[in-house]
This record gives sequence, C-alpha cells and structure tokens, in this order.
Amino acid sequence: MPGLDPSFAEWVLDEARRCGATATEVLFVSGESLEAGVRLGEIEKLKSSRERRLGIRAFVDQSSATASTAEFDREALKEFIAETVRLARLTAPDPLSGLPDPALHPHHLNDLELADNEHGIIEADRALDLARRAEKTALKLDPRIRNSEGAGFDSSRHEILFANSQGFSGGYEATSYSLGVAPIAESDGSMQQGYWYTTSRRFDRLDEPESVGRISAERALKRLGARKVKTVRAPVIFEPDRAASLIRTLAGAASGPSLYKGASFLIDRLGTQVAAPNVTIIDDGTIRGGLGSKPFDGEGLLTTRKAVVEAGVLKTYLLDSYSARKLKLQPTGNASRSVGDAPTVSPANLYLEPGRYSPEEIIRSVREGLYVTELIGFGVNTVTGDYSRGASGIWIENGELTYPVQEITIAGNLKEMFMAIEMIGNDLVWRSSTASPTIKIGEMTIAGA
Amino acid sequence: MTNELVRPEKFFANRFGMSESVFERIIGSALERRADYVDLYLEYRDAEGISLEESIVKHTSKSVSQGVGVRVCAEDRTGYAYSDEVTIDRMRLAAEAARAIADQRGERPLSVRIGQPAARHSLYELESTPLDVPIEERARLLSEIDRTAREFDPRIVNVMASFSAERKIVMVVNSDGRLAADLQPLCRLNVTVIADDGRSRQVGSYGGGGRVEYRHFIESERWREFTLKAARQAIVNLDAVDAPAGEMIVVLGPGWPGILLHEAIGHGLEGDFNRKRTSAFAGRIGDQVASQLCTVVDDGTIANRRGSLNIDDEGTPTSRTVLIEKGVLRGYLQDRLNARLMKMAPTGNGRRESFAHAPMPRMTNTFMLPGESTPEEIIKSVRNGLYAVSFGGGQVDITNGKFVFSASEAYLIEDGKATRPVKGATLIGNGPDVLTRVTMVGNDLELDPGIGTCGKDGQSVPVGVGLPTIRIDGLTVGGTRA
Repeated sequence: MPGLDPSFAEWVLDEARRCGATATEVLFVSGESLEAGVRLGEIEKLKSSRERRLGIRAFVDQSSATASTAEFDREALKEFIAETVRLARLTAPDPLSGLPDPALHPHHLNDLELADNEHGIIEADRALDLARRAEKTALKLDPRIRNSEGAGFDSSRHEILFANSQGFSGGYEATSYSLGVAPIAESDGSMQQGYWYTTSRRFDRLDEPESVGRISAERALKRLGARKVKTVRAPVIFEPDRAASLIRTLAGAASGPSLYKGASFLIDRLGTQVAAPNVTIIDDGTIRGGLGSKPFDGEGLLTTRKAVVEAGVLKTYLLDSYSARKLKLQPTGNASRSVGDAPTVSPANLYLEPGRYSPEEIIRSVREGLYVTELIGFGVNTVTGDYSRGASGIWIENGELTYPVQEITIAGNLKEMFMAIEMIGNDLVWRSSTASPTIKIGEMTIAGA
Repeated sequence: MTNELVRPEKFFANRFGMSESVFERIIGSALERRADYVDLYLEYRDAEGISLEESIVKHTSKSVSQGVGVRVCAEDRTGYAYSDEVTIDRMRLAAEAARAIADQRGERPLSVRIGQPAARHSLYELESTPLDVPIEERARLLSEIDRTAREFDPRIVNVMASFSAERKIVMVVNSDGRLAADLQPLCRLNVTVIADDGRSRQVGSYGGGGRVEYRHFIESERWREFTLKAARQAIVNLDAVDAPAGEMIVVLGPGWPGILLHEAIGHGLEGDFNRKRTSAFAGRIGDQVASQLCTVVDDGTIANRRGSLNIDDEGTPTSRTVLIEKGVLRGYLQDRLNARLMKMAPTGNGRRESFAHAPMPRMTNTFMLPGESTPEEIIKSVRNGLYAVSFGGGQVDITNGKFVFSASEAYLIEDGKATRPVKGATLIGNGPDVLTRVTMVGNDLELDPGIGTCGKDGQSVPVGVGLPTIRIDGLTVGGTRA
C-alpha cells in the first residue's frame, strides 16, 4: 500500500504525462476515525473507519477532467490515469483553465499545528466515557429532561498530500475532536430537543463534557412551552451560532464562482458599502490550530488573512485561480478541493469582528422583538439575496427575554439585512470554522399566526 | 466494469476473490461475543459527472469507490467498522472492531451457513445505463440545453446544466445466512438558469432522472421540458412581488411539493425516532393525524423511480407501507434493528449512503393518494391565498414536529385565480396537525421528476415524493410583506 510518499505522487504525475496530460494535480487523502455514541447512559454505537482516496485533475492543453479512486493496485491506477486523460480530451477547451501561476506557489509552508499527535484517535472506552459524562449531566439537570437522542464523541485524523506537475508539493496532517449531546425536555405532553457541542483540533481544548451537557439541557428547557407569535415587523437578535450562519451566506455570495456565473447579489459591488459601517468580516486561513486553517489551499497556494468586509465596504472576493482569471483579479488562497471534484471556493476561518456591546445590552435595546436560537430550512437565495427561514427563540419585551416562540419564520433581503446590523456583541467565541458574536438586525418580517 | 461481471451475486467473488466460506468465517468471527445480528455490506460504485456553464462543457469527473462495512448488533447497540480495502484481512479487522460493542462474555462461535441468494424485485433491469452512452453524446445534450434555454428568452444570461450517472453494485450477507445482491443504476439531469432584465436577477431550476436508461431524457424530449421549466421559472420570478407573511390558505401544486409529506410526516414516522420516543408521532398509531381525505404511503417498489430499490441496504426487499390511511396513523418505516426492538416487521426501509455508514430507517418514495377534486376547482375555491408549485429544500425538527419547506415558484391566489408571482418564501407548519387542515385533495397525483436527496444524521440517500394538488387551510408563509 502506498503511503504519503512524494515518490508515489511523482509516479502518478509521470504516468499522467506519459498518457498525454500537459499538466496534472494529484491529491491523496488518508484518514481514520472513531465515533462513539451513548444514549441514556448505555453504549449505543461504535464506528471505526479507515479510508484513503486518490484524486487527480488532468489537463490536456485547456481541457481538463477530475477523477478519484480507492483502487491502488498499480495496474488499475495506470488504467484510471489513462481514462482521466481521455476524459480531459473530451472536455471542451476553456481558455482560462489551468493550474495557478507557478510563481505564486510558496517555497516554505508554515506549521499551523493542525494535528494533535499527542492524543491521536481517542480510544473507545475513553470516548464513551466523555460522551456519557456529557449526557449524564444533561439528564440530571432537571426532572423535565427525561429522554435523549444521545451523546457522541468523535475523533478523526487525516493526512493530505498534494502535488502538481509544475513542481509544487506539500502535505499536512490534521486531527479533529468533537463532543455533542442532544437531551430532550418534556412537559405537558410536548417535547423539545436541546443540542450543544464542542469541537477542536486539539483534544485538550475541548470544553468540559459537564459544561456541554449542562448547556444542552438548558437549551432544551428554555424551549418548553413555546408558542407562535403574531406576524409583525420587529428587530431580530441572532445568538452567536445563528449569526455565524448569516455571515457565512455573505461569503457564499462573495465567492468567485458565484460571481462569474452571475449567481450572486454581490456582483459589481467590490469597493462599495454592502453592510453597516460597524461590520468588519475577516477570513483567515492562517490561524494556528483553526478548524478552517490549512497551510496551502486546494491548488497549492498560500492561505491568507484578509478583510472581506471592512467598515461595511466589500474589500475582496474569495477566489481560486480560475475565478480570479475570469474576474481579472488575483487568487486569494481560497481554493477548496475535495478528492473527486475540481476546485471550488470556500472561506477558511471566517468571522465577524466583535463589537463593544454585551449580549445583555443588545437585548435591553429591544422593546419588542425576537432573540433567535434555532434556524431551520434552506430559504437563502444567494442570487437575489432573498432570505426566509424557519426560526425559534425567545420573545423580547421591554428589553427582557420572556417566553419561548416557535413555528415562525424570519424574512428579509440579505442586502438590506447586512446594512441593518445595528449592534454587534463582544462575545466572539470560536466554535467552528465560521464565528460571530451576537448581532442585532434593526427590522425583519417575523411571520407567525 | 464489463457486462460479464454484472451479475451482482457473483461480482465480489469474481473481483476480490471472496467465496461464501470467507463470508461465513468473517460473520462467525464477528459473532464471537454475544451478538444478535451481524451483516457484511460490500459496495462497488462507479460514477461520472459532466457539467456545462457559460456555454462550455467545463467539467467532467469520474470516481470509483469500493468498500466493505461490518455491523454487529447486540440489543440496541451497534458496532460498525468499514474499510475501503476489500480484502479478507481488512474484513477480519473490521469484524474485530465492530464486535467490541457486544457483551464480553463469549459464547461458542455460532456457525453460519449462507443459503441461496434471496429474492429481490426487478424494478430497473436496464439494457444499458447512461454510463454506456459516449460522454460526447452527453456533452452534446448539455450544449443543446444551453441553446434551448437561451433561445427561450434573451433575458436568460447564463445556463448551468449537469448530468450525473452512477452504477452501484451492493451485496449484503448476514448472520441468518441470507445473501442478497443488487445492481443499482441512477442518473440525474439538472438545469439551472440565471435571468437578468437589468433591474432584477433571478434563478430557475428544474431536473429529473431515476433508475433509467439514457433515452428517458431523449424520449418525448424530456430534456427540453426540464430546460423550459427552469427558464420559465427564472423569467416569471423577474416580475415577482414580495411574498405575503402570516397564516393563510395554501394550495400546493402536484409532484415535487410532496416534499411537505417527507418533512411533515415521513421523518417523524421513521422507526428509530419512535423506538426512542423522540418523535412528535411516538405512540400515536391509530390516532387521527390528518383529514379523512389523506392517505399517505411510502413505496419503494415503483419501477425506475429514484427512490425505489429492489432490496434495501440490509437485503430486505422494499415494500409499500401505508403511513396514513384516511387520516389515521397506521405505520412506521423500519430497518431490521428497530423492527426487532419494537417487535414489528422490517419494511425494507433500512438504507445507508455507502459502505462508510450503518443503515437507518429512511424513506423511499413518499406520496399522497389522489382525491376527487380537479386542480381548477381547488384554486377556484380560494378567495385569498398562496399557490406554490415549486420548492427548494425542507427540514424538520422531529421532536417538536415543526417543519419548513421553501417555495421557489409561487403565485398569489386572488378571487379564485392564480395571479401575480411572489418571491421565494419558507413555509412553516406543525407535522402532527398540518394534514388535519387539508380540505381538498386533487385527482392529479404526480410523482416528482426524480430529483430528491434526503439528508439524515450526515447520510444522503436518493428519495422520491409525490402529491396531488391539495388545499391546506392555514399554513404560515414566511414572506416579507407583513
């Protein structure tokens, strides 16, 4: 079995050249993982895996094809490479296609501390114990917590090797750990689920299981007795995780492929005001140990730190080298590549810079409005900016959280919503690769009864 | 993959040199501790994708994947291990990892004898699959789609079309000695267009497919129908006004709006959530949960449909399950684990995304049986309301029963007529009571064109939905116009 061996990558690149490829990229990913689940204190599942896949993107002049396989027998690989090159020949030439400008490849890669080799994969007994501790805390918190969808602890480890025919090669290892628990609260015959989690590239940076369990139970309890409200236009406060999902929609609209396809509400908006002046959104692929960090992007370019939005002005798009050429701009190190697909674009670690208000101050500023804690559905249209999603949360009256609400929607248009971010909290915490403090949007339509 | 290898029962033996005695030994080893049930799932999949944008066929892709998953069940515990190396050694290691779930106190290893291959339906015996059609021909179709959409209206400024096809061979061998195998073709054509009239920019999408041959798209020019529907949707939406906000009468058009049933009813009736009593439908079999006009089924046995299967991913033949009969809740969707624990029969709904996943109860094709009203009567009966004909995705919180689905093409109903188009909006309701508000059911049942993918617990599987035109008296529409 070939390991993460540069000579193996060389062999693949040579073989592609021999078949007639004029340029080639090879990506090799191998990994292992262990997922442990408990429910109501008992083991529910253990899942272990080993995987490795090879992906290649081959060019014949300006035509290309991408292919992936898990068959590593040399003869099978030869046939696979030949087939990929044949497929590339069948694809129409695209004058702007190709590998990145070779001058942009880095000579040195930083160690971003993405792998926790001290801990590696957490063995089953320990993983089960962590999940059990989180769930037990949740179940003991209140007699109304009577059931659970369970708790899970997952750990995974991946190695990535990437090389291309113009001399770039690089690799890195990454680990990831996560613990999540979903208790169910019940009263008066109705049930509500609470969910909370912690995730990190380093095992010892996870939150304590007891803290995760307690928050998950509190979130379930807070939802009990939720009702519908009347349809109204009112301020909406997004709690940090929900605010992060909103920030993420902006990155989608600012990504090169959406723009050159004409599928974004941010077309031709570079250098213009797209958000309120208090809004600065940073994308940073270089944060040590960051969940979205990588030493190089999906095309072998350095990842970067940049303001996407600064004081409300759109400063940069997120670009791979193809969309950069289409838009006559420079790539931003945001190419993202899965083994089997051509590069696309995604943010690395994306966040809204914290403001000066405490979450309590933000809530106090609202006479009547909604504090959103859950969002469901896919009602975000990146082409038009139209936004309409199912929501639940807590109703605010006279600056105070009152009763829980559900079966409502919140709607607006992203162009207006970003301009209407009136207050930004000081409570930025990294919990995934996109993060945001609490935010308040001046007015949205809340549809209910 | 050549045709001689395509007898699925023999495929893995031929390709990886595995005999029944190997499977018997691996299962025996997995059963060494006190386990109730063991299965091996072997999969080989090859897939190709081709896509066009800006009038150029820019991307072609190909993938080959293979792997084996070993599952050990003991009471309500599941051990699962998989590897993408299909070798005897890897299977033995996976069996050892998976059996860690079972009780330590070993009993004598049971011996398993594999019997004759189990029966399966014949829902998609194709002469050829789209993978056999030269890729040049598929590329020409995408170019034709591009031209057709642009000719439809000069305001169409971009066309994105893609065609994906796969062929999956699966085999399940279990500790009851049962062996079942299947060859599962699947393909899908998708068209998305962007329209721009200088003032506004809109998107329209349509597509379809199934376990069908390539000529499915060529016959009766289905590709053209898909293209024109996507183009028309984008153009119509250019003139869309703000959607209303609040509770109102909603008429759903036939076909894909059946996603309502998938979210509001289907997930909540999956066996796992009901065994654990975490579903809003738990313990409600026999209750009236819909109006008497509503009968809802899940049917995995319809020929050539995207959501159909000859056998599920545990080797059980799929079936037709009545979920709601004249408004009364009748049944759950079961895999083997949950059926055994609930002392019910498996319904052929144990599905998984791939060898990298343990099966769970999942839907196949979920739809409502037709009623007696004509669609015209239904629209005419509404004074003020919303007529929604096309949707994007949906989601449900199975514990509190609240579900959403997002309209991508909808019209106001004013004085019994569908009038102005409105912008996309999310609709939200409560699963256990939304169907009690159904006051008219059309005679025009349609199944969706073959586009659905359902996500649950990180696993995606192809599904179908269907609906006749229905009238719902009271659903919250999440527009901006309060």
